[in-house]
Amino acid sequence: MKIKVDTTRWEQPKWYEYVVRFVFGGTVTALAGIIAKRFGPEVGGLFLAFPAIFPAAATLIEKHEKQKKERTGLQGVARGRKAAGAEAAGAWMGAIGLIAFALIVWLKLAHWPTAIVLGGATLTWLVTAVSVWEMRETLWRRWMLHVRTAHRLRTSVRR
Amino acid sequence: MKEIALRVIVGGVVVSGFALLGDLLKPKSFAGLFGAAPSVALATLVLTTMKDGNAYAALEARSMLLGAFAFVLYACTVSRMLIRRQWPVLPTTSIALVLWFGCAFGLWSALVG
Repeated sequence: MKIKVDTTRWEQPKWYEYVVRFVFGGTVTALAGIIAKRFGPEVGGLFLAFPAIFPAAATLIEKHEKQKKERTGLQGVARGRKAAGAEAAGAWMGAIGLIAFALIVWLKLAHWPTAIVLGGATLTWLVTAVSVWEMRETLWRRWMLHVRTAHRLRTSVRR
Repeated sequence: MKEIALRVIVGGVVVSGFALLGDLLKPKSFAGLFGAAPSVALATLVLTTMKDGNAYAALEARSMLLGAFAFVLYACTVSRMLIRRQWPVLPTTSIALVLWFGCAFGLWSALVG
């Protein structure tokens, strides 16, 4: 599947959605700081990878997909849930990148300049996440091809 | 209070920025990568290094590693429940946060605590 840039979402921005994300993101960042101060950096650090904004983001995606389907006169519940599921599938691949990010920051931050470590770790997150996504897509395509070929063979043998 | 306000603003801006990027991309599974962007981590680590130093922030990153493992488990479970079983989105994604807490704190107490 090809990666595409879709600017139509930016043509009619729904500002309340960005306000929701801003509030959730800001709250979690503040909470992570408060927890680190109260219980130490070992506990506070856990919340740097807390999926706090995910439920809100997934709900917004479900709503959009549902509305899109309903505009054509169809029920969009299943479509909405599948779209949110696809987003979650992307998130686990992104979270593998998050592991690489944390590893680099943990091992290098005490020795190298902050900007270089954080910049390099962010780039590593992106490269890792995209590579895992690409690998999964390739394996999925091969698996589907294999399943289709096996199905065709079975059908032709029966005939 | 001033520090908390600063964290809210910086965190909110970074999270919204990554969300905007995710909104631009297709297919959904690729855009989903940005649902696990290191947005909260970047905002927190920048502020922490300025206030408490790099060694302190490195300790946070060590624990973040465990939180990220828990995130992988959380997102895998949610994806399966939504695609295969078609469970409702908000209750599934919210209740599954218990799984994140269990996994993150379980790993933490086994390896760090």
